[in-house]
Amino acid sequence: MSEEITSLTDSVQYVTVMIGGQLFGLPIERVHDVFMPESITRVPLARGEIAGVLNLRGRIVTAIDMRKRLHLALRQDGGQTMAVGIEHKGESYGLLIDNVGEVLTLPTAGREPNPVNLDQKWAAISGGVHRLNGHLMVILDVDRVLGGMAEVLAA
Amino acid sequence: MDDLLREFLTETNESLDVVDVELVKFEQDPNNAKILANIFRLVHTIKGTCGFLGLPRLEAIAHAAETLMGKFRDGVPVTPQAVSLVLSSLDRIKSLVAELEATEQEPTGSDRDLIELLERMAESGAPAAPVAAAPPPPEAKPGPTLVQAEGPKHASGDIVYQVLERPLRPGEDSLDDLERAFRETEAEVPLLKQLEPKRDAPAKTAPSAEKRGGREPAKERDPAAETEAAKGGVSAQTIRVSVDTLEHLMTMVSELVLTRNQLLEIVRRHEDSEFKVPLQRLSNVTAELQEGVMKTRMQPIGNAWQKLPRVVRDLSQELGKQIELEMVGQDTELDRQVLELIKDPLTHMVRNSADHGLETPDQRKASGKSEKGTIRLSAYHEGGHIIIEIADDGRGLNVDRIRQKVLENGLASESELEKMTEQQICKFIFAPGFSTAAKVTNVSGRGVGMDVVKTNIDAIGGTVDLKTVIGQGTSFTIKIPLTLAIVSTLIVEAAGDRFAIPQLSVVELVRAQSNTEHRIERIRDTPVLRLRNKLLPLVHLSKLLGITDRSPNAVVRPEDDGFIVVMLVGNQTFGVVVDGVFHTEEIVVKPMSSMLRHITMFSGNTILGDGSVIMIVDPNGIAQALGGITSTAEMAGEKDADDDRARVDAQTISMLLFRAGSAEPKAVPLSLVTRLEEFSVEKVEHSNGRDLVQYRGSLMPLVYFDEMLQRKSEGSVPMLVFSDAGRSMGLVVDEIIDIVEDELNIQVGSERPGVLGSAVIKSRATEVVDIGFYLPQAFEDWFQRKEMKVESLTRSLLFVDDAPFFRNMLGPVLKAAGFNVTSVESAVEGLKLFDDGRRFDVVVSDIEMPNMNGYEFAEILKRHPKYRQIPILALSAICTPASIERGRQAGFDDYIAKFDRAGLIAALKEVTTTEYGIAA
Repeated sequence: MSEEITSLTDSVQYVTVMIGGQLFGLPIERVHDVFMPESITRVPLARGEIAGVLNLRGRIVTAIDMRKRLHLALRQDGGQTMAVGIEHKGESYGLLIDNVGEVLTLPTAGREPNPVNLDQKWAAISGGVHRLNGHLMVILDVDRVLGGMAEVLAA
Repeated sequence: MDDLLREFLTETNESLDVVDVELVKFEQDPNNAKILANIFRLVHTIKGTCGFLGLPRLEAIAHAAETLMGKFRDGVPVTPQAVSLVLSSLDRIKSLVAELEATEQEPTGSDRDLIELLERMAESGAPAAPVAAAPPPPEAKPGPTLVQAEGPKHASGDIVYQVLERPLRPGEDSLDDLERAFRETEAEVPLLKQLEPKRDAPAKTAPSAEKRGGREPAKERDPAAETEAAKGGVSAQTIRVSVDTLEHLMTMVSELVLTRNQLLEIVRRHEDSEFKVPLQRLSNVTAELQEGVMKTRMQPIGNAWQKLPRVVRDLSQELGKQIELEMVGQDTELDRQVLELIKDPLTHMVRNSADHGLETPDQRKASGKSEKGTIRLSAYHEGGHIIIEIADDGRGLNVDRIRQKVLENGLASESELEKMTEQQICKFIFAPGFSTAAKVTNVSGRGVGMDVVKTNIDAIGGTVDLKTVIGQGTSFTIKIPLTLAIVSTLIVEAAGDRFAIPQLSVVELVRAQSNTEHRIERIRDTPVLRLRNKLLPLVHLSKLLGITDRSPNAVVRPEDDGFIVVMLVGNQTFGVVVDGVFHTEEIVVKPMSSMLRHITMFSGNTILGDGSVIMIVDPNGIAQALGGITSTAEMAGEKDADDDRARVDAQTISMLLFRAGSAEPKAVPLSLVTRLEEFSVEKVEHSNGRDLVQYRGSLMPLVYFDEMLQRKSEGSVPMLVFSDAGRSMGLVVDEIIDIVEDELNIQVGSERPGVLGSAVIKSRATEVVDIGFYLPQAFEDWFQRKEMKVESLTRSLLFVDDAPFFRNMLGPVLKAAGFNVTSVESAVEGLKLFDDGRRFDVVVSDIEMPNMNGYEFAEILKRHPKYRQIPILALSAICTPASIERGRQAGFDDYIAKFDRAGLIAALKEVTTTEYGIAA
């Protein structure tokens, strides 16, 4: 949805984040907050990707461990985890990531489709790739990141 | 949906509810012009609006009903038939409105039938020409109030007038209608100035005038305006607010409360903070705001009762009973969400009281009561809860019938019932599929109902209780929380995490420690707690949730130390073991994220005062998860309504597995076991050459599985207690293993006394123990009353005995002897099976039975040409030559003493082979 709109304009602003050494970009209008998650309450019996629930200024936010969501190894360096707050279908979610980078304004034209050989699990939640200086940025499709989880549930 | 239409629907639904109630009142008090005027006006409004919105069907019915009521107003006597007719047209209107709501279109179809009836009724009762009937005296109103009513009304009244007037014509057809329309406008708009002169003041019914006045212009305020107007004709001070807006407001206030709690927590940590005073103020304001918003969601319980007068009226006609419905405490308020949920259960219970509770006028007179029965509904607040009572002064519950029904449906065994109080037995009416109504009526008695009522009440965290005095009536007490939004919870800790448990389900807390009285014990791996002579199934919250403490400084605690939260969910009691209990906290429940909603163990989450998020445990979820695990002897009995039936069909049966003597598991049908007990060896006394223990005030003999075996000299011994007819014996075993639900299929017979044979239970070869062998060891005359064993080919055998104890016992015993056994509890039932076309190769019947005894049963069978070939054996505790002779005469092929097991088997063998011989 959001992409269709943005593709009509010349450029898109992305909030960049690092997850397991890979640079990802989230469309800036989907990002409500960037915060340091504190005291996450784990939820027993929930799916593995769900790190738990936390209180963000009086709202209960469901925290998603993006490393697990992307099937990456757990973080070893002990650094401070960050979180990106987003809204999905009227509910609040926090995507747990390693670091937040700068905001990039990238031309729509520069977006390329997923490489055909990209891991299917990644391809399912990636909205394309931007080539940057020296590295690649994978566009995270927020709706598919969360929608995919709900689907598995329904199945 | 069109705004106008939506408005119409809301308004019409409300009006209809009011009309329902008013009509019932009117029927009882036909001379009350005030009520009639009110009804008339409401129906008229509906009609008018329908016409305006282009809903011809609705309009036509409303019109015909209004015409009939016009006649009432003109002085036609009010008959119950006429009122019924009006009520049924209201029902039609309701169903049309419902459809309209669903489809946004008026359904097609014709209501000619109803309209014709209404018209005929109107015509037959009409004393005079319609026009002449126009100025009915009660409508007239004197000046003073008019002045007040006039001003606001005048303008808007005119509008209504037009709105109503115009559509009338296109909506219908005849001159006749026009005429009526005329009449109505006259009657309808008496407030208009020009009417006043006509009717000078014969009747000083000021309030009524005032009421109509207040209402006419503001159609949308009709029901509310009634009270308003009654209070003094001030224009209504209410506005309609959508529920969503209120919900949103409520959510926001909840957030505010949580934020306030967090602030308070912070300030608590800083002494002498300058925030302290303003925060205190904020805190107070917040509390008041919260209360205020809660109030907006509150509605008087009378709203849920609105339909009841009509329901009761219809019932009293249908059942031919005179019923008075008293309602006390209509103003008691509760959260609208709760109100919605309680509506249906309440209606059902009132129906039940009318149908089952109250007697017919004749019966009442015979028992010296007034002919008119009373159902009394009352509501009041009690400590954060609302209590609703539904009481009737009827016949009371018949405990004997309930007991009988419980046995029939296999909800509990006779011995279990013996231990229950009458109140406890009465509670079985809440069990699924339970109905004692002798006949199925239109009203109730379909065997669904009270269990649904209980389920609904449980679902909102309420409880229901009942009291009954035979001949004097029954009263049900429902206790429900005022609101579902704020819940009082107990904060507990399990595996390092905190969880909130709703207080409502918590019965008590028990501190469990090894080496104390309250220590956690195990049956196989299932933890249990002995609590006041009952075995309480336990579950560790951490295990249930599959969590372990992962913090680095976690203390490894002994597994059996902790707190046990004893919970009661429905009729299931169990203990949840937690590591710690903190405090209670009032929390605002927040719905869980949709990604977590599938977890049945939690009902929601919330933010605590310290800012952390906590999961709220759902007691129902735990009870469900436990369902498979919990089975104390009592519970197994309560649990499965079909248990008994299943046993008759020799399908699955609950078996108690234990070890005694050898390593192989042994099994007995659970239904035979009354209790599981454990005694310390010191308590065992020796007297007269046998072992005894003091049990429930009397001496209980102990029987050992294998007399040869070494007996324990210390510690405690587990035992199975068997009770029948007030006597108990304890069968000492080594260890109780488990309770399983399995098919009992004895595959290998046994020559050894005390063992019926071997069966595969839980995929292990298990010895099925013949309890019948051990019982006489405790009391030699145990079987003087009843019982026995058999051997043959797979033949079908009908066994008739009124005592469930022996039926249960014989199932496995006869089966072991190679018979396909069908057990029934009465001769009548046995005959019914024959009538149904069932064939049996042999019949074994008890002699002493209620209703039809064994002799009569045999005589009937032997007289029947088709069944006279079937051998029939008598089993009796009375074995005198005379009784044996009597048996022979009745047609019994053989007569066996109940304790003579070998004799029975031999006799069965004999009769079945001879029978075979003859047939061949």
